[in-house]
Amino acid sequence: MSAAKNINITLKIWRQKDSKAKGNLETYTLNNVSTASSFLEMLDQLNEQLVNERKEPIAFDHDCREGICGMCSLYINGRAHGPDTGITTCQLHMRMFNDGDTIYVEPWRSRAFPVIKDLVVDRSAFDRIQQAGGFVSVNTSGNTIDANAIPIPKDDADKAFEAAACIGCGACVATCKNGSAMLFVGAKVSQYALLPQGKVEATQRVLNMVRQMDEEGFGNCTNTGACEIECPKGISLENIARMNREYLKASLK
Amino acid sequence: MAKSAFLKSSIAKKYWMALTGLFLCLFLTGHLLGNLQLLIPDNALHFNQYALFMTTNPAVKILSYLTYISILFHAIDGILLTIQNKKARPVGYAKTDGSSSSMASRNMAVLGTIILVFIVTHMANFWAVMHFDKKMPLQSVTIENMGQKMELYVTTDTGKFFPKDSIQMMQNGLEIRNRTEFYNKQANLKMGEGYKDLYKITIAFFKDPKMGLIATILYVLAMFALSFHLLHGFQSAFQSLGINNKFTPAIKKFGTAFAIIVPLLFAIIPIYIHFLLK
Repeated sequence: MSAAKNINITLKIWRQKDSKAKGNLETYTLNNVSTASSFLEMLDQLNEQLVNERKEPIAFDHDCREGICGMCSLYINGRAHGPDTGITTCQLHMRMFNDGDTIYVEPWRSRAFPVIKDLVVDRSAFDRIQQAGGFVSVNTSGNTIDANAIPIPKDDADKAFEAAACIGCGACVATCKNGSAMLFVGAKVSQYALLPQGKVEATQRVLNMVRQMDEEGFGNCTNTGACEIECPKGISLENIARMNREYLKASLK
Repeated sequence: MAKSAFLKSSIAKKYWMALTGLFLCLFLTGHLLGNLQLLIPDNALHFNQYALFMTTNPAVKILSYLTYISILFHAIDGILLTIQNKKARPVGYAKTDGSSSSMASRNMAVLGTIILVFIVTHMANFWAVMHFDKKMPLQSVTIENMGQKMELYVTTDTGKFFPKDSIQMMQNGLEIRNRTEFYNKQANLKMGEGYKDLYKITIAFFKDPKMGLIATILYVLAMFALSFHLLHGFQSAFQSLGINNKFTPAIKKFGTAFAIIVPLLFAIIPIYIHFLLK
C-alpha cells in the first residue's frame, strides 16, 4: 500500500437544523486530511474545525466504527456508504479520494427515514418492522431448549446466517430508487424461514412484517438490484424472492 | 388475511405485475407469429386468413379479452406502484451515481408509458379499422384470362371467387352484406364469405408516401422501448414470483434473447414493407 499523504478536499454536506427545518447543502473546505484516516475521522476533523470557528458541528450517526453495528449511514457521492463495495461508511477510507475532490455527503432519503438533524435519520421504522414479526417466541422460564439440539442442514444454516448478517443500516432503502425496504425485510424473513425454529410462526411473521413495511411508507421493489450491490453485508436478492414465496404461501393459507 | 391485502399489499402488486407481464409475453409471441405472415409472398392469403381467425374464433376471443385486461391491469398497477414509489422519497439526492442498477430497470415506467401510447395508436390504426371500419376493403386478386384482366374477390372456400366489378356483380345477382358476406339477392342465400383485407391496409399504412416513413420510424422506436422494457421485465417477473434458484441464470439468458429477438422481428416487418416490398 502506498504511504499515506495529506489531501485537500471540498465537502458539500446536508445541513438541517431539525426535523421540521428546510435543509440545504453547505460547502466546506478541509485541508490536510490524511488518506489513512477513515471517512468518519475526516468528519471528526471537520467538526473540530467548525467548533474552533464557533460553528455548529455536523450531526452524523456512528457507533462501533468497525462495520458491525449498522449505525453509520451517509450517501456519499451518490452511493450509500460511499465509493467502495461491501463496507459501511466507518470502513471507508480517505485513500478512496483524491486531492482536490468535491465530496457530496447527504442523509439517507426516504419518507420512512425522516431527517432528525443534518445527516442523522430516524430508522425506527426498521425496529417496528422487526417488532412486527422478526423474532421467534421462546419460553425463557428456565427450561429453554438449546438451539443447537435441532439438526439443521448445512446449506440452510449457511443461508440463514448469510441473511442474518444484515445489520439494518438502511443502505438498501437509501440506494433503492423506490426507497424500498424489501432487501431488509427479505433478509429478516429469510433468516427465520430457513430454520426449524422459525417455521412455527412463519405464516404470521411474513404477513405482519410486510404489512408493517407497507404502513411505514417504504416503496415497492422493482428488482433493479441496486440494494444488493450497495449492501455492506452482501445480502442477496434471493432473500427477496424467498420473502415473495413465503408471502404467497402465507396468503394462500 | 384480509382479501384486499392480496390486491393492495406491496408484494401482491408485484405478483400481479409479474403474472400479467408474463402473459403479455405469451401474447407478444403469438402476435409476432401472426405478423410474420405479412412477409409470406402468397397474395396476402395467410395473413388475411389469420386476421379472420383472430377476430372470429371463440377461444381467441377469450384470450383477447384476457389480453385487454392484462394490459389495463399491468398499466394501472404500474401507475399505482410508480406513484407510491415516488412518494417513498419526497426529497431526492443532490448527487446520484446510478452505476448499481441498469438503465432499463430504472426507467420501466417511462418505457411502459411509451409502449402504452404505442398500443393505443396501434389499435386505432389496425385493430379498430379491422373491427369497425365500414369501408374496410375485401381481399381480391387479379387474374388474367385470355388476355383480359379480371379482379376477383377471394372467399373462405378455396377456389371460389366472385367478380369485383360492380356491373358483373349485379349481373350475377350478388350483393355484399354485413361487410364480408356475399349474398344472392333473389334467393336471399349466402354464397360465400370474403376476407377483410387487413394485409392491404397494413401495406398501405407503411407505404404511404406522406406518413409511411414516419410510421415506420415510430414503430421501430416503440420496439426499442419494448426491448428495454422486456430486458428488465422478463427476468424480473420470475424474481417477483419468488423464483430465484439454479434456473435463474438460464431464465436471465432466455429473457435477454427474448427481449432482443421478439422486438427485432416485429421491427423488421414495417422496415421490409416500407423499404423493400414492391
